Amino acid sequence: MDIIVVGLSHKTAAVEIRERVAFSPTAMERPLHEFVGLSAIAEGIIVSTCNRVELYATSRDPEAAVAQMRRFLTSFHGLEADALDENLYDYRGEEAIRHVFRVASSLDSMVIGEPQILGQIKTSYGYAAEYKTAGLILNRFLHKAFSVAKRVRTETSIASNAVSVSFAAVELARKIFSTLDGKTVLIIGAGEMCELAARHFVNNGVTSVMVTNRTFERAEKLATDFQGRALTFDDFPDHLAQVDIILTSTGAPTFILEKKKMEEVIRLRKNKPMLIIDIAVPRDIDPKVNDIDNIYLYDVDDLQGVVQANLKERHKEAKKAEGIIEQEIGQFHRWLTSLEVVPTIVSLRQRMEEIRKGELDKSFSNLKDLTPKQRKSIEALTSAIINKVLHTPTTVLKKSQNDEGGDNYVDAVRVLFDLAPPAPEGEIKQLDESVDPS
Amino acid sequence: MTLNLLFFKITLLLYFVATVLYLIDVIARDVKTGRYGRWILIAGFVTHLVTVISRYAASGYTPVASLHESLSFFAMSIVAIFLLFDLRYRLTVLAAFVCPLALVLMIGGGAVSKKTQELNPVLDSWWFPVHVSLAFLGYAVFAIAFAAGIMYLLQERMLKSKKFLPLYYKLPSLDTLDSINYKCLTFGFPLMTMGIISGAIWANSAWGGYWRWDPKESWALITWFLYAALLHGRLTVGWRGRRAAIFAILGFFCLLFTFFGVNLLLGGEHSFSALSGR
Repeated sequence: MDIIVVGLSHKTAAVEIRERVAFSPTAMERPLHEFVGLSAIAEGIIVSTCNRVELYATSRDPEAAVAQMRRFLTSFHGLEADALDENLYDYRGEEAIRHVFRVASSLDSMVIGEPQILGQIKTSYGYAAEYKTAGLILNRFLHKAFSVAKRVRTETSIASNAVSVSFAAVELARKIFSTLDGKTVLIIGAGEMCELAARHFVNNGVTSVMVTNRTFERAEKLATDFQGRALTFDDFPDHLAQVDIILTSTGAPTFILEKKKMEEVIRLRKNKPMLIIDIAVPRDIDPKVNDIDNIYLYDVDDLQGVVQANLKERHKEAKKAEGIIEQEIGQFHRWLTSLEVVPTIVSLRQRMEEIRKGELDKSFSNLKDLTPKQRKSIEALTSAIINKVLHTPTTVLKKSQNDEGGDNYVDAVRVLFDLAPPAPEGEIKQLDESVDPS
Repeated sequence: MTLNLLFFKITLLLYFVATVLYLIDVIARDVKTGRYGRWILIAGFVTHLVTVISRYAASGYTPVASLHESLSFFAMSIVAIFLLFDLRYRLTVLAAFVCPLALVLMIGGGAVSKKTQELNPVLDSWWFPVHVSLAFLGYAVFAIAFAAGIMYLLQERMLKSKKFLPLYYKLPSLDTLDSINYKCLTFGFPLMTMGIISGAIWANSAWGGYWRWDPKESWALITWFLYAALLHGRLTVGWRGRRAAIFAILGFFCLLFTFFGVNLLLGGEHSFSALSGR
């Protein structure tokens, strides 16, 4: 049994193409059933996000499966058969495992380390589980992918530093004020960026928001959104001493806060530190303000610099993540190959033979006065028992080889007789569910 | 080798290992050796206690008379106070700044004469252990403030210049560092004050005068005024952050001068007999 991946992503297809092959999350039943209805496909999962559309399948005939999956993606969406030839990639076996582990761990994402992709794959898997298009192998496979992703997340700092300007602002604030609880944010102007950043601040503990705008109504409106307080544009400088974080993006052509004013503010604050995020172009705050002790002024370029540095960190971390993934591939691959019938029968026989030999040795050492003839007949007797016992399981395993769900028998035998190479850790209970005939 | 010297060497070794583990944790990207460093440091502290107690047993006086003993006691105080802070803050980075300090003191202690003193009758007063314990615990607290001050200045520089070294990610927030500075001040200042007062009382009982303007006394007073100024500034005019960090660093240098410089350069009643040959 082989794992196969066919799909396209932001790396191979522009958005115009991706949107044409996307699957609607509200109607997954029909595509999933059509997908696993394909003759070469045993189990199937469809992952469809705004950055990628991928089909995961298991098959005994990888060649045919790849061709059928490629055709399925075009025909299902009513495209020409060769419309996606340039965009689609396909992977099998170890490569397919690597690809899915990398995708789940967010190494293949547009922004490396972004956290959504794992949730999206979990949802996709949820549909496949709901419509019963995933069986033993894909169940194990996906759970393995989830645990690999979790390992990557905890053992590397791939997702630890902000890669968006507004999150970068929050992180900076955390390096200045250890906690944002009880801090006050002032929004000057009503730029979208400021609003977004303010929302991040509020989500991270900021409790008090003040808003000011040249148009007072707009300040009021935004203040209501944040359950904060609106200030008129003339008044706001008087309140600066209570503000810990300023987010500003007005369209003003000149500086709205000068160094002199801020020196006065910081004196009134008894030197309590202030973080000022100036997203406006042209800038709202005199850059000299950064020279004042205890005021930290960041403009758009500074924040971009932080984001770039963090991205670089993530790329370094990604290398480590690849190492983790390689390790996990090996383990999963061993389990997958253990599902082959013939090697399983061979190791089952070996196990029985070991037991027989061991027990015989024990008995013979107690029964020292047996004649060689007697010994021989005991040996023959025990062999016959083993053969009789193993006859039916062997036939069933051989017969099930080409059946749907035959892997379940192989897996069960491996588990019951302790033959398995260490199965990928995680969800043994998943196995029980898939064995359940219901 | 006497028992206390054996334990001194074991302690030195443990501190060395702890320092290396802490430094690796802070310098290397993803190696988390700090936890082990903590346990080794605790082990070192225990052997250090044994060192001091066995030395007390051997010499019959609180072993803070010679330079060797003072350095060792200073290092032990720093480790003790650090471990107390560690309960509250759990800062591996702080350890990476504090442990080397204790280690250097220990190495210094290992390099000078380790002979025990003849029992000077002046030392045979229970004011002696009280005075030195208070003084050294105060010193140790200010050593932590010194380390936090350096960390603050580094972190502040990176935030201002917007150039972030890998250390940036490991250092705690400015606010945390500043609150360590304040905590140290509120603990260290009373300890130091009581150290000076107990010293005066002891001086009165030993020499019949509370204060004799011995160079060490004068310098201790200068140091005391420096920390008093910082505490006052913090409480009234809102000195904090960079200025408080710089003060903590200056204060510690002043303190080190009181500890070493006065003995080495100026002499006086407090000088270590091992150095002055008395």
